[in-house]
Amino acid sequence: MKTDTIAAIATAVSDSGIGIIRVSGENAIEIVDKIYQSKNRKKRLCEVKTHTIHYGFIYDEDTLIDEVMIAVLHAPNTYTREETVEIDCHGGILVMNQILDVLLRSGCRLAEPGEFTKRAFLNGRIDLSKAEAVMDIIHSKNEFALRSSVRQLSGAVTEKVQFLREEILYEIAYIESALDDPEHISLDGYRERLEEKVKNIKSILKKLIDSADCGKMLKDGINTVIIGKPNVGKSSLLNILVGEDRAIVTSVAGTTRDVLEETIKLHGVGLNIMDTAGIHDTADEVEKIGVDRARKYARNADLILYVVDTSRELDENDDAIMELAASKNMIVLLNKSDLDHVVNPEEVIKKLTLMSENENNKMTCVSENNNIEMTQMSFFDEEKQGDTKKTDTRVIIKNNRKIRIISTSIKENIGLDDLEDAIKDMFFGGEISINDELYITNQRHKEAFLEAYESMEMVQDSLIKDMPEDFYSIDLMSAYASLGKIIGEEVGEDLVNEIFSKFCMGK
Amino acid sequence: MKFLVSSVWGNKRKDKIMKGIREKVDVCVVGAGHAGCEAALACARMGLETVIFTVSVDSIALMPCNPNIGGSSKGHLVRELDALGGEMGKNIDKTFIQSKMLNVSKGPAVHSLRAQADKADYSREMRKVLENQEHLTIKQAEVVALLTEPFTQNDKLYEKKIIGIKTYTGTVYEASAVILCTGTYLKARCLCGEAITHTGPNGLQAANYLTDSLKSLGIELCRFKTGTPARMDGRSIDYSKMEEQFGDERIVPFSFSTNPEEVQIDQVSCWLTYTNENTHEIIRANLDRSPIYAGVIEGTGPRYCPSIEDKVVRFAEKERHQVFIEPEGLHTNEMYVGGMSSSLPEDVQLAMYRTVPGLEHCRIVKNAYAIEYDCIRPDQLYPTLEFKQILGLFSAGQFNGSSGYEEAAAQGLIAGINASLFIKGKEQIVLDRSQAYIGVLIDDLVTKENIEPYRMMTSRAEYRLLLRQDNADLRLRKIGYEVGLISREAYDFVCEKEKMIEAEITRLQNKKVGANKEIQEFLESKKSSGLKTAASLAELISRPELSYEAIAKIDPDRPKLSDAVIEQININLKYDGYIKRQKKQVEQFKKLERKKIPSDIDYSAIKNLRIEARQKLQKFKPISVGQASRISGVSPADISVLFVYLEREKL
Repeated sequence: MKTDTIAAIATAVSDSGIGIIRVSGENAIEIVDKIYQSKNRKKRLCEVKTHTIHYGFIYDEDTLIDEVMIAVLHAPNTYTREETVEIDCHGGILVMNQILDVLLRSGCRLAEPGEFTKRAFLNGRIDLSKAEAVMDIIHSKNEFALRSSVRQLSGAVTEKVQFLREEILYEIAYIESALDDPEHISLDGYRERLEEKVKNIKSILKKLIDSADCGKMLKDGINTVIIGKPNVGKSSLLNILVGEDRAIVTSVAGTTRDVLEETIKLHGVGLNIMDTAGIHDTADEVEKIGVDRARKYARNADLILYVVDTSRELDENDDAIMELAASKNMIVLLNKSDLDHVVNPEEVIKKLTLMSENENNKMTCVSENNNIEMTQMSFFDEEKQGDTKKTDTRVIIKNNRKIRIISTSIKENIGLDDLEDAIKDMFFGGEISINDELYITNQRHKEAFLEAYESMEMVQDSLIKDMPEDFYSIDLMSAYASLGKIIGEEVGEDLVNEIFSKFCMGK
Repeated sequence: MKFLVSSVWGNKRKDKIMKGIREKVDVCVVGAGHAGCEAALACARMGLETVIFTVSVDSIALMPCNPNIGGSSKGHLVRELDALGGEMGKNIDKTFIQSKMLNVSKGPAVHSLRAQADKADYSREMRKVLENQEHLTIKQAEVVALLTEPFTQNDKLYEKKIIGIKTYTGTVYEASAVILCTGTYLKARCLCGEAITHTGPNGLQAANYLTDSLKSLGIELCRFKTGTPARMDGRSIDYSKMEEQFGDERIVPFSFSTNPEEVQIDQVSCWLTYTNENTHEIIRANLDRSPIYAGVIEGTGPRYCPSIEDKVVRFAEKERHQVFIEPEGLHTNEMYVGGMSSSLPEDVQLAMYRTVPGLEHCRIVKNAYAIEYDCIRPDQLYPTLEFKQILGLFSAGQFNGSSGYEEAAAQGLIAGINASLFIKGKEQIVLDRSQAYIGVLIDDLVTKENIEPYRMMTSRAEYRLLLRQDNADLRLRKIGYEVGLISREAYDFVCEKEKMIEAEITRLQNKKVGANKEIQEFLESKKSSGLKTAASLAELISRPELSYEAIAKIDPDRPKLSDAVIEQININLKYDGYIKRQKKQVEQFKKLERKKIPSDIDYSAIKNLRIEARQKLQKFKPISVGQASRISGVSPADISVLFVYLEREKL
């Protein structure tokens, strides 16, 4: 059976030491060969014996991605009974995702949920009696993929996708109704209008790709900024996370005068952690520069770790910080839980909630109860397995943005596991580890956005080449369908309905 | 006005066993409209004894609505029909009075031919063809019942098989196949405001009995509606207030077998005018008297062909709507008022029409009216147009929930071909979505939930770049030849054409021209940018500003080729990238299409299907995995599951 070549991450994506990426299909070996280099750069995978393992490197053009072991397995004695290559690489999400990315660019297609198993079955590898199980796998994996896929989309992205789809559909319907009823609807001057529209849509898509690009986030690391008032324990946090005394930790407020940066790995995810000068009004010129920079970094951060000293009252500096962080992914650390506290979680939550009312642009707060929902994950009296330290993580969901609030004592190393979990949870929705054949569904979103983007480029190309209007709608339709995949919508009768509802046609 | 409502439905036919005649034929075609004519001709031409029934022999191939054939995507259907051996293209070539290729400023895929017909001529010429067709008998009679007997066949859904029909006068025609092409005649009801008549189109007799017979066979029916505008006395129209619409200078015939030189006739004009606020005001003020808005109409009307009331209500922001005044023929002064179909009462109609510039003093010959009729839910059909439950019963045209002469004719031809193949015991044909608009039309009808009269549209064809009107012969002549509707000679001609196109494209791809002075000067003269390195002639032709004809000067050794061949060369080279992409999509599509599903599959045994998918599959009984994948509510995961199941069962 002639098939295209599929690839996917075959092991659970976690911080395990090693991960496997499986490639299956006619051109599997040929494709991996393109991105593989042996140590002496001479070995070719298509020349090696079947069922052998080879040491070497994976390159993205000239950039080295990872040191790997590659198993070359010729058909038919493979799981899928097709030509198969398994790449054993370092297990971090970053690396695996990059390798998968290169594979997809080199001619593979991302495997559908359950597709390896499906192929194994269709090629006769799996006993017929197991067909039922195969169907179950396909069924449940698709259900799962769809569920997690939809969950991984933020409300804002969904809205954007819907907006783009509406925009595109309108244009297709316009063109199509003019083609179907040329005597009623004219396309004069339409090109210019469409050109503008396409440019616009492309730029929105580009932004979405960049932001939805988990790989980019992983490659460059998540920009994590630690902020807080002076001497709340920011530098201690950095040091604990980094594991060395990088920042000078003293009990004198204002010790960190500039921004310190470190990169760490947490569950395979790179975090670029920036420790910043405590934010407060200061007359010290040098310190002032530091504070300004802290603000700037906070504004560009992917994640903000806001450290609050619970032994001191909240003041206007905290207000300033909360406002600064209002539109960000944020984890609030209620630090110094080992000391007597004068600030309790409710107070912080209340402040975070109220703050949004002033920020009428970024967050609309209809009423306190409407927009804010609070969940308690674990509380003081609940014991964590294997850990006697009492912890407390709370989540406020505000306009689809989760703000987690964790009690910590950085000095006593309490609550840092919760912090790690919170970070992991935030960026991976906690769903990845149960999924064994495909990488996070975000990769699918990205693929779909890219497809849509490419289709829009083709529309642009047709416009430049001065092609007739009916050629535009071909690629507009592809873009529309690609975007539909993201939110799980089929094309169906959309177009015909749009034509009839928006344009007056007919005899 | 109550007295106008006749009580004919309540009038039970006295079903005494009348001592009638018994006839034995191969095929009965019920209805002689555009679907019926094509179906009957196909059967007779394929050698089967065929009878075509009509309530009025004088209204064979009647055009009860617009006086034209073709138009966007409908033109494609006619060309395809012609390539397969249908009659509509030839008949309109004989009887058109104006012709226009639409969308010529757009891509070749959406060029579409439309011709104004002389309606009476069209009908008369088609009747002549039918009358002169060997093996075909015309019979004026109302068919009142289908005759069946119980029948089952392993692995098929059949419960009954057709054995003949019965007419109102009691005659029984035994037949192996029956094709229903009842159009808008079943329990037809015409509405003109409060005035309601139980007639078919144009005041013709409705067919009031067959519905009950169909129902008793378990066929599900529904009710659709359509409408037509008024016809004016041409002498009462002031054309000076309208824009004249001419036909094309060079006329392209519909039929591939018509000699283009023979259709270069003197054409008549159509006229364009507009409605205005006054028109809309009158309509709005009288909406309560419209049967649709008053809720009198039960049938579902088409959205693409809205009545003027609909347009005014739904597109309230539009200040005016176009109105086309089109002649009904050369020997009548009746004029069709395109764009203003209506079911408003006569007095409102007259007032409304008279607000339109040029129609201020118009006299109405025939009032506009809406018509309701019984038709079927087409998901009861296989893509062969045979009923899933009844062996040998086929149907086509408006009865299948479509609308339009061309859509009807296309289905009629396919139903005719398949009924004949069925009788001959041969495999029936199904055109797929990548082969023809006809394939798209039928697949949509039998696969999608049809909520209104279905009209062909170019946007419905996903592979339209390949389904052009200019290559219908290349796509379909072979099939027409294989079923026996196309002569060996005509088929050879297409094969030869295909060879010439391929050979010439290869030559153009291989012949390189260098970046020498002569070439550069030539390109400059054509406002085309110069060459940096050598290029093939094919590459030059693909430039937007150039064409095969344009580079004749630098290609002196070219063979002499017909315009039709040159057209194909230009299109294939100019749109090469797009065509290749579509061909690739078609390959993907075909994979699923080739995987057949046995008709006795038990979906309830596949427990991994989602419930919705299982219900839909059970209802539609798709013949291939491809068709299954197009049913709304069946997801890609369901298709995967289905695939694995079929594999396990080695079905």
